[in-house]
This record gives sequence, structure tokens and C-alpha cells, in this order.
Amino acid sequence: MREKYYFCSKNCKETFEQNPEIYINSKTGTKQEVERIRGETRVEKLEKTHLPIVGMSCASCAQIIQKSLSELKGVNRASVNFATSKATVAYDPQQAKVEDFISAIRKNGYDVGTVSIEIPIQGIECASCVQKIERALLVTKGVSTAVVNLATQKAKVEYLPSETRLDEIKKAIESTGYKVMEIPPEEEVEDVERIQREKEYKKLKTKFLAGLIISVLIFLGSSEWIPGTPEILSNFFVLWILATPVQFWVGWQFYKGAWGAFVHRNADMNTLIAVGTSAAYLYSVSATFVPSFFIKGGVEPKVYFDTSTIIITLILLGRLLEARAKGQTSEAILKLAGLQAKTARVMRDGKETDIPIEEVLVEDIVLVRPGEKIPVDGIIIEGKSAVDESMITGESIPVEKGKGDEVIGSTINKTGSFKFEATKVGKDTALAQITKLVQDAQGSKAPIQRLADVIAGYFVPIVISIAIATFIIWVNFGPDPALTFALLNFVAVMIIACPCALGLATPTAIMVGTGKGAENGVLIKGGESLETAHKVTTVVLDKTGTLTKGEPEVTNITPANGFIETEILKYAASTEKGSEHPLGEAIIKKAADQKIKLSDPKDFYAIPGHGIEAKIDGKKVLLGNLKLMRDRNIEIADLEQKAGELSGEGKTPMYIVVDGRAAGIIAVADTLKDNSKKAVEGLHQLGLEVIMLTGDNQRTAQAIARKAGIDRVLSEVLPQDKVDEIKKLQKTGKVVAMVGDGINDAPALAQADIGIAIGTGTDVAMEASDITLIKGDLQGVVASIELSKKTIKTIKQNLFWAFFYNTAGIPIAAGILYPFFGILLNPIFASAAMAFSSVSVVSNSLRLRRCKFKSQDSVTFSK
Amino acid sequence: MQTQILITIIGVLLIILVNWYFFFSKRKVTQATVEAEGIQEVKVIVKGGYSPDVIVVKRGIPVRINFYRDETAECSDTVVFGDLKIRKPLPAFKTTPIQFTPEKPGEYTFTCGMGMMRGKLIVE
Repeated sequence: MREKYYFCSKNCKETFEQNPEIYINSKTGTKQEVERIRGETRVEKLEKTHLPIVGMSCASCAQIIQKSLSELKGVNRASVNFATSKATVAYDPQQAKVEDFISAIRKNGYDVGTVSIEIPIQGIECASCVQKIERALLVTKGVSTAVVNLATQKAKVEYLPSETRLDEIKKAIESTGYKVMEIPPEEEVEDVERIQREKEYKKLKTKFLAGLIISVLIFLGSSEWIPGTPEILSNFFVLWILATPVQFWVGWQFYKGAWGAFVHRNADMNTLIAVGTSAAYLYSVSATFVPSFFIKGGVEPKVYFDTSTIIITLILLGRLLEARAKGQTSEAILKLAGLQAKTARVMRDGKETDIPIEEVLVEDIVLVRPGEKIPVDGIIIEGKSAVDESMITGESIPVEKGKGDEVIGSTINKTGSFKFEATKVGKDTALAQITKLVQDAQGSKAPIQRLADVIAGYFVPIVISIAIATFIIWVNFGPDPALTFALLNFVAVMIIACPCALGLATPTAIMVGTGKGAENGVLIKGGESLETAHKVTTVVLDKTGTLTKGEPEVTNITPANGFIETEILKYAASTEKGSEHPLGEAIIKKAADQKIKLSDPKDFYAIPGHGIEAKIDGKKVLLGNLKLMRDRNIEIADLEQKAGELSGEGKTPMYIVVDGRAAGIIAVADTLKDNSKKAVEGLHQLGLEVIMLTGDNQRTAQAIARKAGIDRVLSEVLPQDKVDEIKKLQKTGKVVAMVGDGINDAPALAQADIGIAIGTGTDVAMEASDITLIKGDLQGVVASIELSKKTIKTIKQNLFWAFFYNTAGIPIAAGILYPFFGILLNPIFASAAMAFSSVSVVSNSLRLRRCKFKSQDSVTFSK
Repeated sequence: MQTQILITIIGVLLIILVNWYFFFSKRKVTQATVEAEGIQEVKVIVKGGYSPDVIVVKRGIPVRINFYRDETAECSDTVVFGDLKIRKPLPAFKTTPIQFTPEKPGEYTFTCGMGMMRGKLIVE
């Protein structure tokens, strides 16, 4: 029997022809039918799926999920492992779908780590195509939801990366006869924009060149004093023929822009240029075609085609330069986006597999070879290497990393291979956080901008009003030929006004400034933070972990009674092996650094508040403070004086006694970070008061402060009182920047006018602070304050020039100097000034990229 | 003399007209519609300006503004919600969604990168 089939599109027909049976047998073509037919052709067997579960906090959570999965129809066996956070389900694929498992898990309040992606598909032409693709996707193992949108020509697919890969999904779509287009990763938006910009730029360039050539010809024709100009060029009609394409082709964008704005009851740059040049052009056209009208009115007919064409050409040149410069202001974000790795090598089912970065899950084991980019954030579980983290921290020297160390995604592995467990993926990675912060910062406004913003909103209509008023005044009071003067000054006012310079003054500087910071590990939250930072008068530094390393170190070893340093260290470190005191750790670390072999302590005994004792190699060792020595009647003689000196320097001295004989003193202290002193110096050079804040007693605090070169100390401040100390300082009229680690000091950071979190890239710290320094180096504080000062200075320069330029330029263009000095501004000069005013503002902002910092010797500000 | 008077009158009228048109004429207000997923959605066409340029939304409900940039003119290549710290490039001839949840009622302006094109978001 013959039957006729109708297809809604070519695509549908092609797909039908590939496998006609499916569609002929199932006339209704419902989802179930197709699935049934597909099911029949498949060998019947149980399938197994692994689902990564998010949000389980205890073993009983695992039980709940396991129970609800087991109860589902078609599930043969379900087991949930709390330790690995994974559910394994064996099921009959004809009765149950992965989608059901996911919704069951979600109903219980947990989630499944799925990946959602939008896939552009070519040639979806009808609603039935949509259904066909959806069906093909839904029967693909590991796909939980699939929605195809006809309007956007995209399929939105949610899938389990542990079960399927993007390739499989693409294959499923292509099996239906449709072509999958390249999936654009997020950052490519920037690329599209760049390509677009380049295209525009090229077009603009062609137009400019055409405009330039014609302008030169018209200029020659209009000026009577250049010898050798062909007579024909001064003919009004020839000039008109030359000027017209410039007006309406080269200058078309001004009309287009002006009209677009006009419909929206807006007026912008384009309005001014379009109206200004049109006035000159139309006047000249009238003078060319109906000169009698002018002669009748007693005015000599003159043309100003040179004015209109040269203005258009010059402004186009300005735009060309501006476009180039503006592109550079957002370079930092492009650079950050470009840092992202595209693929990751992950262990899946015991095999190394290269997968797109979007599919990497938390807890995946990722392999990295020398020279490769580390794809996501994680912790090394095997191997070691040196990692170049300069792109994130600005630190140029590679950092040695081994088991248990954190690695940051997008940094580069230099020397060795290692495996690491992913801890942060996707939007949570340090790079993603930094990019978002910088983007936010660049989008934010500085309070200084407000005035410029308000003015920009009223600017153009007011300029138009001034221009009309100028025209009226010249017509009424101007010398002869009044109409010519009126026209030229009207055009000059319209053209010289430059709202762009006002509008660009602040944002470009903020973009370049924050971008420059980000390149060097200084993350600034926004325009407001930047503006406040430059007003800072006082910098409060938290001591532990900020000014100092935060971990005690052995600083002095003073032997006595014939003992030598290594001996003392060996006894002390061996004794401390049993203790978990931080001071003990410092001693053990020192011994390890000197490669001293330690013995196991016997009869270890801790005397709280005094010290410890133990037997080392059969000798009785005592390690503790003066009180312990007195209690045990140990003869310490002149060691006591030495110990006094050491504590005067803010160190903690400990006496060591071997078999009842004093062997010497080991002093431990939290030492300054390498660059702390230099940083304090740098802050002083910037004219800032530096205050140290600490919970230590005054003597210790003073000792550290003296070393760091700090003039004022607030000691014995309890953690909860830090906020009050900041408040007290603020009450005396000081603008306070507080520098701390961002976690323990969060309230103080929030209270300060500027909170600077140091040595961190965590989102908590970034949230609480105005400025985040990724590196632990205090020089970053100097750099960030310098950067803020320079950026604000640039903004002020920009605003000054933009305001000054407009407030001086407009009256001069209107002819205010004419009655006194006979000075008038030729509209052509007005256009040149206007074209270069916005270019100069952008260029001034771009200068920030090259600026040098006082703190430069250690914080390398590249380029 | 007559021409001068005529020009003066026309000029003054023009000034009044310009100021009325740009500052005082009534603008169309668009209320965002709440979609099924509980998002208030509104489409904005970017072409020499924003249409609509006055958008009214309710507070506490996520807002999605789909900007469709129907031109290549460089001025509109970025949209900025200064108070909300949003700055987003708008690729030409593409729809760029911007989503956020307004918490505080009030008026928020959104502008192009240079602050020349402007629109208003009213949170009720």
C-alpha cells in the first residue's frame, strides 16, 4: 500500500529517510512510542548509574536517600555512600529514568551535581523537530532534562558528567539529523564583541580615509589663497557633489545615532554633530542652488562645505583613536578570562580522560603534567612541583607545592607532575571569583562621578539651547554679514561641546585602575572603595599573621655549660616531640631545617604553665620557664639576664636543662614577614600614620613594633575590642584603613573606612573587605593605596579637563571674546578640539597602566 | 528687521520645544511581567536608546531584563547599572539577559558605558 507523507521542512524529510520504520510504525510518534521502539531494539538488561550527591551531612542522610531511591519503580538496587557522596542505582531503563532519581533526591532536600549546558543547533524549523531532538536526548544515558527551544535554536541539557560526556550528547543530537554548532564558552562573548569591534573599526577607517581625501579637495577648492588649485574645484556645484557623500555616507552614523536617540527623547553627541554639520551643509546647498535668495537679502552667497566635511572627518578620526584606546581599558578582564583552562585531565573509571572544564566535579582527581595549566582549584594528593602563580598573586617566583598544598586553577605547573583533588569548580574557583569581583568593580561608580553624571543627563539639550541663543544674538546684534556669523557660531557651539569627555572621565580610569590592581593581586571592590582609599590617613595593622608570619620561629639559641647549639636543639626538639604546643612546633621545625636526627622521648610529662620534661637517650631533659627552674632549684646563673634581654625583644625564652645542668636558652618568637619593615616605610613615605594592633602585652608589642618601624602601638586589645579601637580612631577624625586576615578580623575590617584583607582569595574575606590582597605581602597595602591615589588623581585630571574644556570652549565658540578681542572660533578648530578631548581623557586613564609604584621593588607591577 | 524678529521668535520657540521634548514630555512606562518561573521579565531594545526606558518592577522578586542590542553603534556596547554594580557588554544583534533581585524600593538609572543613553528602573 502506498501512503503519502508530508513534511514540514527539508530537515524532517531527511531524518525520516534515515530511519523510516520508526516513524511509519508509530504513527502517533509520541515520546513513549519512540522510546518503546528504541527499547525493543536494545538488549534488555539492568543499567547502573552513579549520581554525585550534594548536601549530605551525615550517614542518616544517606539512609534517607537510599530508601527513597529503592522505593522507585524500576529500581533494582540502590546504595548511597556517605563517604564518597555518591548514589549507585541499578535499574531497568525501560521502567525508570535517571531523571526520576534526580527528582527523588531533590525532593528529599538534597541535590545532584549535574551540569547544565546550552547547545546551539542548526536548522530546527518546526515544533516536531523540537520533540524529536528532545526525545533523542532524554533516552541518552546520563541526561536528566532536555528542553529544546525553537526560538533560540538551542537545546538546554542537564546531565550527569559522571555518566555521559558532552560528545555523547552531541552525538545524540546529530543522530537525529541536526547539526550541532560550536558551543560558545562564556568568555567568548568578549571575543564576539572584539570581532565586532574590529569590523566596525575597519569600516570606520575606510570612511575616514574617504572623508580625508574629499576634505583635502574641498579645502583646496574653498581656500582662495593656495596657488595651483584647479579652477573647477572652487565651483559651488563641484563642491556640493564632493561634500554630499561625506555628509550622508561618511557621516551617516551621526544621523543614525541622532535619530535613534531622538525617538527615545535622548540627545547625545550624534545629535550635536548631525545638527551642526547639517546646518552648515544645508546653508551651503541653499547658497549653491538659490543664490538669488541670499543676494536679495543683501548677503553674499557663500558655501561652507569645507566646514561640514572637515568636521565630520576630524570627528571620525577622534572616534577611531578613542575606539582603539577604549578597547585597551577593558584589557584586564579579557586577560583574566583568557587565563581559564579549556580542558582537564581527570581520572574517570580508572582511566585518564580529557574532559571540558565545565564537566569537572568537586572531588574529581585531576592530573597535571609539567608546563600545563592547572584547570580548577584543589588540594594536591600525590606528587610535587613548582607552580607559577603570578597570574593570580602577582608573585613572580614559582611556589613549591607538595602533598596537602592548595593549588589555584589557571596557574601554571612548572616542573613536576601531580594529582590533585578538585575542591572548587565552575563559579567557585578563585579565578571566577576574581573575575567577578573585577567585573563588579569596573561596573561600579565612584561618588566623584555623580556630578558628571547629573550634568551628562542635561548636557546636550542645554547645549542646543545655547547654540540657538547664539544664533539669535548674532543675527540681532552681530556685524555684517550677520547671518554668516550666526551660522558659523551656531555650528561651532554645537560641535565643540563634548559630553563624551565628561562621561568617560571616571569609568575609564576606574577600569584601568582596578584592572591594573587585579593583574598584581590587588583586588579593589569598586569605585567607592577606590575613592575612600585615597583619603586614608591612618593604617592599622593587625600584628599576628599580617605584620608577622603568624607562626613562631626559633630566633636565638644560647648555649651554656659547654653544650653546643645543635645539642641543645636536639634535646629540646626531641622533648617537644610529645607536645602539641605551637612553641614546640617551632623548635621541631628548626631542628628539621638543620637536619638534626631526633630521639623518641620517654616518660614525657607536661607541667602546665611551666614546661615539659622527658627522658631523651637516657638523659633527663627539662624545658621550661624561669618559674620551673626556681621550683627545681636549677642553677641558671647569668642565663637569667640573657633571658631578660630576650623577653625585652618580644621573644619567649625557654631554659633547657640536661641531667640537672642548665644547657642554655632557646628563644622563640613570631617574626616579621620579610617585607613588613619596607612596607611600613613605604606607608610612612606616603605620609600615613601606621598603628599596630595586637592582643600581646605592651613589652612584646613594643619590641615587634620597634623592629617594624611602627610609631604607635595599641596593645593588649582583646579580639572583640578591635572594633572599638577602630571607632575611637575614627572619632578623632581619622580615615582608617584596617589590614587583617579577613576572617578573624572581619568585624574590624568592616568598621574601618577601608578594610584590607591580606593573603587570601576566599569569598568570605573578599565580601568583608574593600580591598583584597591575594598575596600575604604587606607591600600590597602600599601598592593599593598608591594605586587608589593615582587613579583618583587621574579621575580628577580627567574631570577637570572635561569641565574646563566645555565651560571655556562653549562661550568662546559662541563668540564671547569677539566684542573684546575680535576672536572667533572657526568651527573646524572646534571640531578638532572636540575630537581630541575625549581621546585625551581616555589616554590619560591609560597612563595608569604604565605608572610606577614606590613599592615596586618587591611588588612587581608589570608593564 | 522683520527677518530678525522672525528668527528670534522661531529660535525662542525652538529652545522651548527642545527643552520640553527632552526633559518634560511624558515617557512610556513599562511594567515587567511575571513569568511562570517567578521571574519578572522585560525585553529592552537597545537602538540609540532603550525602549522601553522606564521599567517598573516589584521588589524582592528576581528581575530579568533581556537587552537586545539592535545596532553596532559603539556607544551602546555596554549597559551599566551603577547602583547595582552591574556592567555588562551587549554584543550587537544578540539578547543579553541581566538578572538580579532588587531589594530596596527606589529609582535606579541604567546607562550606556558613557552615561549618555539612559533608562530608569523603578522598584516598587
